[in-house]
Amino acid sequence: MTATVTPPVARRARVLSKKAVLPWVFLAPGLLLALVFKFLPMGKGVWLSFFEVRPFLGDKWVGLDNYTRVLTDHRFQDAIGHTLLLGLGQSLGAILVGFLLALLLEGQARSLKIMRTAVFLPVVTATAVVGEMWRLLYYPTSDGLINHGLGFLGLGPTPFLDNPNTALWATMVMSVWMLAPYNMVIILAGLAGVDRTLYEAAAMDGVSLWQRLRYVTLPAIRPALGIVLTLAAIRGLRVFTEVFVLTGGGPAGSTEVWMTRAYTLGFTRNDIGGASAASVVLLCVTLLLTVTVNYFRKRGDVR
Amino acid sequence: MSAPAIDPVRTPAPAAATGKAAESRRATPARFDTALGWSDRPGVAWGLRILLCAIALGVFAAPFLTILSGAFTTHASGSSLSFLPHDSTLQNFKVAGERGIWDYFTNSLVIAGGALLLQLAVSVLAAYALARHRFRGQALILTLFMLTMMLPEEVIAIPLSLVLGHVPVVGLDLKGTAWGVILPLGAWGFSVMLLTEFMKDIPTEIEEAARLDGVGEFRMLWQVVLPLCKPALGVAGVLGFVMIWDQYLLPLIASKDPTDYTVTVALSILRTDPEVGSGVVLAGAVIALVPSLIVYLLLQRSLVTGIAAGATKG
Repeated sequence: MTATVTPPVARRARVLSKKAVLPWVFLAPGLLLALVFKFLPMGKGVWLSFFEVRPFLGDKWVGLDNYTRVLTDHRFQDAIGHTLLLGLGQSLGAILVGFLLALLLEGQARSLKIMRTAVFLPVVTATAVVGEMWRLLYYPTSDGLINHGLGFLGLGPTPFLDNPNTALWATMVMSVWMLAPYNMVIILAGLAGVDRTLYEAAAMDGVSLWQRLRYVTLPAIRPALGIVLTLAAIRGLRVFTEVFVLTGGGPAGSTEVWMTRAYTLGFTRNDIGGASAASVVLLCVTLLLTVTVNYFRKRGDVR
Repeated sequence: MSAPAIDPVRTPAPAAATGKAAESRRATPARFDTALGWSDRPGVAWGLRILLCAIALGVFAAPFLTILSGAFTTHASGSSLSFLPHDSTLQNFKVAGERGIWDYFTNSLVIAGGALLLQLAVSVLAAYALARHRFRGQALILTLFMLTMMLPEEVIAIPLSLVLGHVPVVGLDLKGTAWGVILPLGAWGFSVMLLTEFMKDIPTEIEEAARLDGVGEFRMLWQVVLPLCKPALGVAGVLGFVMIWDQYLLPLIASKDPTDYTVTVALSILRTDPEVGSGVVLAGAVIALVPSLIVYLLLQRSLVTGIAAGATKG
């Protein structure tokens, strides 16, 4: 009797456990890769940030020394300013330009679709390629392309990237150029969702174009704008490639951002501890920003 | 592909504007179609729009023409760029070839191909588990994958380079190998999210029918779910490729010496080579540009769908 009962139970238990194990088999590769190449380095970075890393001599615990050193270093302080200015400037600039582009290129005509395709090119181009391109556009003599254009306006040639006063702004312009078309696509999707009857109603009420934009279009695409701003801000914090390719942080540290500084510290000066501390600070700020934004977005959804 | 163009505005008609309303809109074109109420008929607004479009095209697309023309110009220097090549030549590409640009390009292709395949495979497997199975800790796993998006290479670069030099447990040195770039790109939260959301929308009836026929899990994924996921795979593929091709810091820290560089990183070598002019750098830039251009033109509709989807999921 017992013999006839036990086998089904055992089989069910085995099936159950197989069912329980199965998802983990599918998840294993992804989790393993994320663990080894994302979370382990993150943990290691946090760990190393408390040490003076000395190859061959063994690491020495220094507590928060690396953090105080990084945060009081005036070049890092400058880099904070540059990162914030660049991040904020490129985010807002790219949203404004993206919004204008979206307004300009909204519509069904085939020619407009081709226009959108052409305008979108900077987004799919690798940042390093864009950097090389703009280095040449910014060529400092009067026959460089942009300077040539300025010459027509009667303005003298500007050594955009070699002048500490203009280098950061020149970097910002390139970033805006690179990011604006991306925002354009998101905003276009937002614009497509605006109820057309609202426009008709507004026209009946005889509102001006500006009022129509201000009171009908903008409120309707506000969610899209919020998303765009968030993504841009997070991206702005960890800006690296643009600056590294275009100016390498120079001239005279005028475009040094947080990550280029950390890179120099870690890879050229071999100050692994300090560089790790700098990365951890950036990581914390990024996480904080993400969490805050998600909190406000969820609250916005509920409301 | 009928209309090779970015088109997120394909279905603008709100639910209310059907039938007669849509009919009347077609009769009086454009007036309420756009936020600015652009007119289709020749007039001041029409002319203004064309002018502005020309400026936008000049600002965003024309620079590409300058690199193209510079790449084909003899003795191009930064100071003699224009939109059309003066006297066209392939000399720059030849010099770039002598500096090993095609080796860098091969590195890039191997890395991009391998990383994209790995990324898609990993994402499909993970998404299948997340969308089609219920298990303990599901929310946590989802959060972990989302976290991978917040840990970009820039932020973990320094410890990652240490890990690449000595992978724990197995103790491999991945530096100087393509694996050093491919493996860290394997787990990308974005494509996991994207595919999970897509798979959730596949009706379960299809699977149940297959299950009755005795189809096992892996065959189910491979022969039933995966073919249904083609649109989402397209999106994940394009965005993944653009993201992988854009990598700069990762190939840089994963390399042992400059011969391991990808073509995008190698541009800086060309630039600092004193015997090489701007034309050669531009030729390299063109070579680095072409693959992303091809992928973009082939699959741009997927790209736009993906951007919109990514924006709403966040």
